[in-house]
Amino acid sequence: MGSSGERLFEGADWDFQTLQRVHDACEQIARTELGLDVYPNQIEVITAEQMLDAYSSVGMPLFYKHWSFGKQFAFQEASYRKGLMGLAYEIVINSSPCISYLMEENTATMQTLVIAHAAFGHNHFFKNNYLFKQWTDADGILDYLEFAKGYIAVCEDRHGRETVERTIDAAHALMSHGVDRYPGKKTLDLRAEEKRAGERRQHEESVFNDLWRTVPNTKAKSKAALTAERRRALLGLPQENILYFLEKTAPRLAPWQRELIRIVRHIAQYFYPQGQTKVMNEGTATYVHYRIMSRLHQQGRLTDGNFLEFLQSHTNVVFQPEFDDRRYSGFNPYALGFAMMQDIERIVKTPEDEDREWFPDIAGKGDVEGVLREIWSNYRDESFINQFLSPALIRRFRMFHLHDDPAESQGIKVDAIHDERGYRRVRRELARQYDVGFVDANIEVVDVDLDGDRRLMLRHSTVKGAQLNETDTRRVLQHLADLWSYDVALTEVDGTDKVLKEYVVSPRAAAVAA
Amino acid sequence: MHIVDRRLNPGSKSLENRQRFLRRAKALVQGAVKKSSQDRDIKDVLEGGEVTIPLDGMDEPRFRREGGTRDMVLPGNKKFVEGDWLQRPNQSGAKGSGAGEGDSEDAFRFVLSREEFVDLFLDDLELPDLEKRKLAETESEGLRRAGYATSGSPANISISRTVSRALARRVALRRPRKDEVEALEAELAECDDETRRRELVAQLEALKAKVKRIPFIDPIDIRYRRFETVPKPVAQAVMFCLMDVSGSMSEHMKDLAKRFYMLLYVFLKRRYKHVEIVFIRHTDRAEEVDEDTFFHGPASGGTLVSSALVAMNDIVRTRFRPADWNIYAAQASDGDNMTSDSGLTGHLLTDKILPVCQFFAYLEVGEAANYTFDMPDSSLWTLYERLRNEGAPLSMRKVSERGEIFPVFQDLFKRRSKQERV
Repeated sequence: MGSSGERLFEGADWDFQTLQRVHDACEQIARTELGLDVYPNQIEVITAEQMLDAYSSVGMPLFYKHWSFGKQFAFQEASYRKGLMGLAYEIVINSSPCISYLMEENTATMQTLVIAHAAFGHNHFFKNNYLFKQWTDADGILDYLEFAKGYIAVCEDRHGRETVERTIDAAHALMSHGVDRYPGKKTLDLRAEEKRAGERRQHEESVFNDLWRTVPNTKAKSKAALTAERRRALLGLPQENILYFLEKTAPRLAPWQRELIRIVRHIAQYFYPQGQTKVMNEGTATYVHYRIMSRLHQQGRLTDGNFLEFLQSHTNVVFQPEFDDRRYSGFNPYALGFAMMQDIERIVKTPEDEDREWFPDIAGKGDVEGVLREIWSNYRDESFINQFLSPALIRRFRMFHLHDDPAESQGIKVDAIHDERGYRRVRRELARQYDVGFVDANIEVVDVDLDGDRRLMLRHSTVKGAQLNETDTRRVLQHLADLWSYDVALTEVDGTDKVLKEYVVSPRAAAVAA
Repeated sequence: MHIVDRRLNPGSKSLENRQRFLRRAKALVQGAVKKSSQDRDIKDVLEGGEVTIPLDGMDEPRFRREGGTRDMVLPGNKKFVEGDWLQRPNQSGAKGSGAGEGDSEDAFRFVLSREEFVDLFLDDLELPDLEKRKLAETESEGLRRAGYATSGSPANISISRTVSRALARRVALRRPRKDEVEALEAELAECDDETRRRELVAQLEALKAKVKRIPFIDPIDIRYRRFETVPKPVAQAVMFCLMDVSGSMSEHMKDLAKRFYMLLYVFLKRRYKHVEIVFIRHTDRAEEVDEDTFFHGPASGGTLVSSALVAMNDIVRTRFRPADWNIYAAQASDGDNMTSDSGLTGHLLTDKILPVCQFFAYLEVGEAANYTFDMPDSSLWTLYERLRNEGAPLSMRKVSERGEIFPVFQDLFKRRSKQERV
């Protein structure tokens, strides 16, 4: 393009015209050179305090009220005030239009970086990655949140704040077990969901007749007929989406409670892809901002000074402390993701023999942007690392694999390092660290004792001997029992179905269900 | 692309969430506030600040796995080769990996605003006999009509004013009246002459267009009733700090007294827009001093409590008319008084001081090691006890440890039913 010359801005100050200019310049590069495909952008300028606000409601511009967000806020505010934590430069929301928050105190260079990073990098990723396409509904989310907020507020008016709070507390405790991990027939359509919720409510109101309250509950027609197999099939068991199961089958929940559970479940599902694509998402955004900023500089639209300022923050963002560094806290998704994207660029453009052997499909292919876009669309962290972490990068990061078996008295074993013998093992193990199927405990609802005391039975299949933390598990099960309103039992089993531990929890007396 | 400036939006969207959290954690936070106010200087109490509350009961449980064999990939190998063995870091100490984050924050710091802090600090406290004098607790503001404004809430639209302005505008801009139009229409209906007819139609159209252009009521006509806030009289209070500073009062005792006064001050500050403090120290004679001298100035001599009461009475007479001021007094002493002074003290109290006071507290301070219950009743205590039994509205407590100040204070000011006496 080379539309060189005119500077986007001088110095550090910016105004709204600057932002507009910056956005247009970035867009030009993003579309023509990188071939990005994005949702319309909406850029919102906010203060530091509002940024903290946004943090505590998981970045959403509107969210229902709940004390745990207040706790979150207080917690973050305290560490921010003490200087333990810097604020993120940006928050971006997977919605259409895609909303990026910019903090007012950023310099013009930082705003440019943020626009390139969020409004184009993340935005493209949200719009094109298969997980987001499958699980999230960018057009509907803001309206849905609006609905959720309103619905919960109405519930609070009708049923009392505390009752509502108890239900949400319980649902929150099970939130990480309220997602569908495998795509079924339905894709999420939050707008229709919201409409249905309204219709359900209207229907309930229109058919409400107090007379029915006095009619005795119907007895089960013929309990003999159901075999255990058939019963489980009817209940859709085994079911790993515990919230879904409760919403559909918990015997004594009020309709509004089911709706609350549904809301928490939908939100959990909406965020589910973000957890699985942290490395890729940040890697993509960082790679995109790096490309755009470099190009802007090349075109003479950024001064050398501004570009240096950019490079400094960029370097901070992609800094990876080593394992024995005090600052180390796992892999930095920005560092790993960005390094991998650049590495792929290198393999596509100037591969070595080793790369040709490892990546025959892309090595030397030439079309960097095309290859990357393809990857951005079709992988998640686990498969991405498993597929594209190259020996060169393993060497560069000097990665090594530790195996820690508590039963082993000699200590922790170095199982593989960055050498010929280790590449594949290191890569597999690192990929596994990002595998949600592996990271989250595998807990399923396995059965309900319908003939007996309606006890709900769950099973945790342990992996590599890791069992559940007892205190927390009891607390979560307590919440679960309160929603189920009968006993809840959880067994932990190992690979051979040997029972390691059993929990049974009864609902609290005046618990949730009325 | 769309740019929105959100900076002017009301911030603290989290406020509501924060308050919910505070409500939920109230007992915990309150405990923490009390604890922290014991540890720090009482004047910092007015600054609000950070309290630490345990996470128990405020945590949000999740299914978490722990133990088992672990595999991790780390960056930055320097010297290991495959098959090396590493020493385990000391049990449960530093973790080698990023796994298991979000374990436990044992306690959790919460920054309270000054308002929140003082609120929690003084929660459940109330000044006795506030109702008796029917004085507003805080300054309140009244509303008064103050003309008209061009903006306001729809509820305040002044219809008569709006209509009359609209009329003026219509007249000024010559909006055709209804009868003018009707007259033309009537004429048109009867008219046969073609040219005249065309003329009429043109006129009529012009008139109708004008009617459209000049609306009956225009937004610029609308006037709102304006209201002004008028401050109501400010409730005011004066606090008398009386202290025996004779040689027998140690620094420790003064410190206890100071803490009590500070609490009382904070408390009054909440209730009244305007609080004055008068420091009176006495040995065998009394004088009004500034705060610094009050707590730190050396003095020696015998003890005559009545002198302080005389001084207070004089000050009340000259500067604080009981009709305008809420008068509070707190007296701190180790309890020693000349026996010969008892009669005069009692007389002054019952006849002069107590009738004008909202509240009179006597705080007997003791040395740190003393258990208050073991102290033999001092001469002053005995005297006050007697007065109290005769029905004088006196509150009295013994204190010997810093930690006791707040409970005593709270006990004195606790909300209680009308019959109960302190």
